[in-house]
Amino acid sequence: MPIADSLANVGLSHYLVLSAILFTFGLLGVLLRRNVIVILMSIELMLNAVNISFVAFSRYSPNGNMDGQAMVFFVMTIAAAEAAVGLALATTIFKKFREVNIRYFEHLKG
Amino acid sequence: MNEKILFAVLLLAPVVGFLFNGFRWKSKNYMIAGSVATGAAGISFLSALLLVSKLFGEGAPKSVSAGFFDWILVGGLQVGASFVIDHISALMVLVVTGVGTLIHLFSVGYMSHDERPSKYFAYLNLFLFNMLLLILGDNLLLMFVGWEGVGLSSYLLIGFWFSDKEKAAAGMKAFVTNRIGDAGFLLGIFTLFFLLGTVNFSEIIAKVAGMSVETGWTGPLTLAGLFLFVGAAGKSAQIPLYVWLPDAMAGPTPVSALIHAATMVTAGVYMIVRLSPMFVLAPNALLIVAIVGAATAVMAATIGLAQFDIKKVLAYSTVSQLGFMFLACGVGAFGAAMFHLITHAFFKALMFLGSGSVIHAMHEEQDIRKMGGLKKYLPITHATFFVGWIAIIGIPPFAGFFSKDEILWFAFSSPLGGFPLWFAGVVGAACTAFYMTRLMALTFWAKPRFDEKHTHPHEAGPSMAIPLIILAVLSAVGGFMGIPHVIGEILPGHPGNWLEHWLEGSIAKPEGFGHGSKVMEWALMGISVSVASLSALTAYNFYVVDPERPAKFVASLPKLHNLIYNKYFVDEIYFAKIINPIVGGSRALWAFVDVNFIDRGTFIVGDFVKGIGSTARTLQNGNLQQYAMYIAIAVAAIFLYLLEAPKRLLEIFGG
Repeated sequence: MPIADSLANVGLSHYLVLSAILFTFGLLGVLLRRNVIVILMSIELMLNAVNISFVAFSRYSPNGNMDGQAMVFFVMTIAAAEAAVGLALATTIFKKFREVNIRYFEHLKG
Repeated sequence: MNEKILFAVLLLAPVVGFLFNGFRWKSKNYMIAGSVATGAAGISFLSALLLVSKLFGEGAPKSVSAGFFDWILVGGLQVGASFVIDHISALMVLVVTGVGTLIHLFSVGYMSHDERPSKYFAYLNLFLFNMLLLILGDNLLLMFVGWEGVGLSSYLLIGFWFSDKEKAAAGMKAFVTNRIGDAGFLLGIFTLFFLLGTVNFSEIIAKVAGMSVETGWTGPLTLAGLFLFVGAAGKSAQIPLYVWLPDAMAGPTPVSALIHAATMVTAGVYMIVRLSPMFVLAPNALLIVAIVGAATAVMAATIGLAQFDIKKVLAYSTVSQLGFMFLACGVGAFGAAMFHLITHAFFKALMFLGSGSVIHAMHEEQDIRKMGGLKKYLPITHATFFVGWIAIIGIPPFAGFFSKDEILWFAFSSPLGGFPLWFAGVVGAACTAFYMTRLMALTFWAKPRFDEKHTHPHEAGPSMAIPLIILAVLSAVGGFMGIPHVIGEILPGHPGNWLEHWLEGSIAKPEGFGHGSKVMEWALMGISVSVASLSALTAYNFYVVDPERPAKFVASLPKLHNLIYNKYFVDEIYFAKIINPIVGGSRALWAFVDVNFIDRGTFIVGDFVKGIGSTARTLQNGNLQQYAMYIAIAVAAIFLYLLEAPKRLLEIFGG
């Protein structure tokens, strides 16, 4: 099957599958990795997986609804803010323990 | 003046006194405390007088009443905070506030050396308020509130000197014994409400009016009557619940006079008189009332023969006189019961206050063996006590003669009475004459048996003398309100029986009541007066003429004397047969049932919950990633549910 045909046949479900795969990678990263920086990156991955879905839905909506594309900007903004806060926390943890392992977050309580 | 305002003043004056003295309970100024309390009682008395005066005259109403607010409205039960003065409660309210005021006044002198006079007067006012609730409430529930309230005040005042353990225990004994009676009273109220659907006195009376006389033992009215009588027996110290009253003498003497002689203990009689239209329909209940009353009258009088504590003698005398009142109720002579209640309030309050005066003069000595010859030291007390003495033993024309003779006459002539009841009454009267004369002789007459060089008894101030004198006058003339017809006929001016006329229509009479030959009435009167005089004369011989004889006489009957001196061992029997088994049983229940079943049951439930908790606790361990996993699993589960995943899978693989 020529590549051009394949590209012409790319539809909504392909994007959604990609989005789901990326989201799952991100989720697994959040659940399994110990390094805070990596976890933050995984979260970014999940957010962007969602962004792909948004854009895909918008692009394939029958009446050209742009809501999904607008939503992506909000998500990116929030993601930036979240990354800033998360990195600040990571820096603090690193300063104290010389490491950025997620288990040190337990010491934040009380 | 407006009736409602008068009722409010009548009821609230003691409350104000109670609050005033209650808030400054630390004050030792007995003059302020006493004047306020006495003033409050006096104001109550005046408003009671004004209210009662509305019942007199041409076309006067049968009763005055005032409703303040709806107290309880639950389905068919409608109870208002309403008060009524009718011909029965008018007598009672005057006695209570009148005698109450005098005793408050007496207390000012009596409690002048006490540590906590303000507290004492606060309690006394509290008692007065509750007593007024009891008397004036127009329904059984309001009466019950007062009933419990006077029980509380009684408890507080009996145990007033609570640092003495015995006195504190006496207070508790009174309270606990009264609880038993109160349970009966409540059951009686329930029965009446169940039967008639109302607790209001006038409605009860209106509803029973159409009913016929019950003959059996298990009819609703008979049951209600018996239950109510259990309550009356508790409050008015009848067999088998009388044991608290003699011990209640641990309280200050004016309290004994007010609460444990003149007013509170007569509440049971008052309640039965109020419900007389119901009681006449239950002759079997009345029979029990009469038998218990007569038995109490005789038994308490015999115990009184051998007591040496001046207040104990008077206490058993009170129990005995209350027995007379119940005897009167039991034979259907409710008017006579009311009459004796009033005269008894006069002369017994007088004698208690007299004994208080003696005790005060003898520096808290209560043993009559250590008195004697007080006549020359305490002339006023002696003179007034003398009046009380002839009043109680029933010498005409003093108060006790009229009321006691009326009771004896009806005990004989009433269709519900009979010779045995009359005979018991005469025996009781004979014993009364004996122990009262003995009390007079040992206290006031013969030679002093105390150290005259060191003890100098003297009369206290006017605050103690005035009440004594007023009560002595009342004891002397109080009987004239109920002159029997046979005597009235031969007197100049033919005075009628005012009390009987006054209560006509307010109280019920059993069928065929009030008939009997005049000759018989005269004869019985002669018998009872001569028996009383003979008995008194014998006592005089025993204790004044030949003081050696009582000892010899007692020595000849050691067993009988021992039995009477120890009050028939009733307290001991109660402890052995009732109280200790209950205590032992409770202890066994605690050690076996409570520990083995109830405690264990709660432990099992507790351990179960604890087990679940300790399992669930491991979920929350502070591991952030684990939390994130819970979220992820939950979200996945929700999606699977929303997408109806099991169904799809079934469609794909099953079909």
